[in-house]
Amino acid sequence: MSNASSAPQHSTALPNGWEMVVGLEVHVELDTKTKLFSASPNHFGDEPNTNIDPVTLGLPGALPVLNKQAVELAIRLGLALNCTVQPSTFHRKNYFYQDMPKAYQISQYDQPINIDGFMMLPGDVRIGIERAHLEEDTGKSTHIGGSSGRIHGSDYSLVDFNRAGVPLVEIVSRPDIRNSDQARQYVAELRAILLAVGASDAKMEEGSMRCDVNVSVRKPGAEFGTRCEIKNVNSIRAVGKAIDYEARRQIDVLESGGTIRQETRHWDDAEGRTHTLRSKEDADDYRYFLEPDLVLLDPGTEWIEQIRASLPMLPAARRAQLATLTGANKESESVYVVVERGQDEYIAAVAQAGGDAGRALVYVQQAFAEEGATPAVSAAHLAALTQMERDSKVTATQAKTILAEMVANGGGDPAAIAAAKGFEALDTSAVEAMVDAAIAQQADAWAKYCAGEEKAMGALVGAIMKASQGKADGKVVTAILQSRRG
Amino acid sequence: MATPFATAIQIAQSIRDGSTTASAVLEQHLARISEREGEIHAFNLVTTEQARATAQHIDKQAKAGNALGALAGVPVALKDNMCTRGIATTCSSKILEGWKPPYDATVVTRLQQAGAVMVGKTNLDEFAMGSSTENSAFGPTRNPLDTSRVPGGSSGGSAAAVAAGFAAASLGSDTGGSIRQPASLCGLVGVKPTYGLVSRQGIVAFASSLDQVGPFTHTVADAALLMEVIGGHDPLDSTSLPQPLPSLTAVLDQGVKGMRIGRLVGMPEGCEPEVLARLEAAFAALQQAGATIVDITLPSLEFGITAYYLIAPAEASSNLARYDGVRYGLRVDSPDLNSMYGATRAAGFGAEVKRRIMLGTYALSAGYFDAYYGKALKVRRLISDDFATAYSSCDVILTPTSPTVAFPIGEKADDPLTMYLCDVFTIPTNLAGHCAMSVPFGTGAHNMPVGVQVLAPALGEQAMFRVAAQLERAS
Repeated sequence: MSNASSAPQHSTALPNGWEMVVGLEVHVELDTKTKLFSASPNHFGDEPNTNIDPVTLGLPGALPVLNKQAVELAIRLGLALNCTVQPSTFHRKNYFYQDMPKAYQISQYDQPINIDGFMMLPGDVRIGIERAHLEEDTGKSTHIGGSSGRIHGSDYSLVDFNRAGVPLVEIVSRPDIRNSDQARQYVAELRAILLAVGASDAKMEEGSMRCDVNVSVRKPGAEFGTRCEIKNVNSIRAVGKAIDYEARRQIDVLESGGTIRQETRHWDDAEGRTHTLRSKEDADDYRYFLEPDLVLLDPGTEWIEQIRASLPMLPAARRAQLATLTGANKESESVYVVVERGQDEYIAAVAQAGGDAGRALVYVQQAFAEEGATPAVSAAHLAALTQMERDSKVTATQAKTILAEMVANGGGDPAAIAAAKGFEALDTSAVEAMVDAAIAQQADAWAKYCAGEEKAMGALVGAIMKASQGKADGKVVTAILQSRRG
Repeated sequence: MATPFATAIQIAQSIRDGSTTASAVLEQHLARISEREGEIHAFNLVTTEQARATAQHIDKQAKAGNALGALAGVPVALKDNMCTRGIATTCSSKILEGWKPPYDATVVTRLQQAGAVMVGKTNLDEFAMGSSTENSAFGPTRNPLDTSRVPGGSSGGSAAAVAAGFAAASLGSDTGGSIRQPASLCGLVGVKPTYGLVSRQGIVAFASSLDQVGPFTHTVADAALLMEVIGGHDPLDSTSLPQPLPSLTAVLDQGVKGMRIGRLVGMPEGCEPEVLARLEAAFAALQQAGATIVDITLPSLEFGITAYYLIAPAEASSNLARYDGVRYGLRVDSPDLNSMYGATRAAGFGAEVKRRIMLGTYALSAGYFDAYYGKALKVRRLISDDFATAYSSCDVILTPTSPTVAFPIGEKADDPLTMYLCDVFTIPTNLAGHCAMSVPFGTGAHNMPVGVQVLAPALGEQAMFRVAAQLERAS
């Protein structure tokens, strides 16, 4: 996902001192072998109605049996989100819909498996996690005929039950989010955590990660305003756009003397706006009650601690570690990008091999976008390249050329490449001669530079680099020019 | 004891020792079905051909000298809310029209593994909702002992099938008394096991937290054997208990000496005097056999019916929501989804089922939940507490199974509240998740059978069967 990085993209401030209050409900399909309550495969993209069985179809007499792997993945996620894992129960959420085989969804209600967690965002912003509970997914309907693709006005509907019963975790944040940047950062970080702990493939485009957004606006310090829930927000970019649109819509309503109705709204990504799906009065009464076909889910301290011990280092800790190693800011884009690609351990290996970690971070961010966690270029060779640049054996420009060749060839000794290309460091006296020649040839530029016009230095440097065929070190050239000016 | 027909144990023994064959036994039972089924209507379906094939298979095994299962060659009938692979399973409802399950219920598999021969699927009150088997979409079942009377319900077809000699044993399901009451009304032994002792996998759910499968038999020993065949842990039912089933056939001869039998002080009104007289006779028989009679109270007993008629319909309203015409069973075509749901369910469900769906939906609704369903759950806890107190001073409790003997067909059909009162003695056991069984103990009014109910705490089956066996010896 290209926009997963949490590098700031500032949303514009709201007018007249309004503040938005946002909470997110994110549904994530767990990456289990089988469904939450039956042995059918949990697999995306198969022929419709092939991953089904009596439990999935809600056949009479079929009973749910809880999938242990789903519980384990839910606990992994809960622990990664700093939640308390507790004994939990399942309820039935009753409503009729054609892709809901039993006419109820088995979901956790007042005793969810994970509660009271939090996530840290850039700038030490803490977003509370109210709960992360287990539930089953519904089937999928396709409405044929009609213009909207929705059930109203369609000729008929086709239902695929492959997705019915797929395990979901719904992660509910507290209303701690105050702008669309934070919302995007939250979703991106959640996705990174999901991938890190192996709970989900978190593909928003395949629907294995889906966001509902709750938005209200208020004047700072005032009570929370009436909120609207926005559905169909299917990318991180859309999360930001939908929130910004909805907050402004609510402000417009309020400033023109209106009131906000609590309702569910639909995000239309093409039009870039939300519209009413249903008001609170039309909401279903789900008649929740304890699911009598299941018993108390008590994972026990021992299992929870085993799972905790098996967790990998999480993205935030990896970013902090990489920042310390490289001297970069832990909230910088390069640190986010490299950790997201899983290349931070590689940079540690470069440093271990005697390389300059700071330079390696820059190289890896810029040149290894297509490489995975284990780039084809060996850590030792990248380390050697950073050393050559540090020791002024090659210039930054030359190093970049060598790196491009190493990546293109899937590796290679940078010293050999430098030699083959005739890259060698010019000694200072040779550079000094070139500087003097350039001053003579570019008398106008020199005069301007001496008069304090810094921009004029560019013409001089350009001429020197050209004369040296790129072999002169830009930093050395600049230093000599400055000393000549006196 | 003398039984009108051969018992399951007798049949299995005579096949094992070669004095008869499974096929011969089956033909006897099929002949009785031909003779009386038209009058009684115990079955929704008689599976003659499958039964003959199974019996022949058993006979081949016997001839080859292979080891035979505990129920090899024993004709059994199944309540038609138990899934049978490829064989229609209707719950006596039009809503399941044309549906054939692609799998067997666990209890069906276990019966098959023991060599039982399934003769058919028996009639019931639609979705097991009723106490007379009059609420069937396919017409009522009649009591074989007096065909003007009901067999009880909801497992009336399973009771009638055994009482009429159509099968040596049968399975029913008991949510609030649906095995024990028809057993009592038909003069049979009927067992409601501890919740979780018998798998519910493949049993079409009525009220999941109360439903439990159990046997109808002529004798206590047959019931113990059937329990040992169908009981025990099933990984496909999450509410199935992990404990191994205690042996029941082994305890039948142990007697009741030293056992403490609870006698309820403050008997609910509405019991026929003959029924109470038989209960007193049962106490006397047990006392004579060395048991002690202990007075106990169950103050919340009479709230059981109220709690039950909120909890069971609430669960039913959810369990029966899946019959929506989308995937299987009846569909009444309509212009849009919601009207299809309405038309299908209006045509597919009978009046009693609709009544309970509405009652249950209401009890769970926002704004009413606490006053109805929530309060019913509190009563459920109170009943468990009352039982716990009672069982601190006794091992089992004896009550009537039903306040009355079998009543005439049509007498209570239009008065659901009176019908609900049939269950006053049986319901508390389901609410508590305990076990109880009905044992025939003589006759009452109209010379119809009276059953005595033996109640025991959860997993108290051994004590319960000891007392039941003693009552059988004394009757």
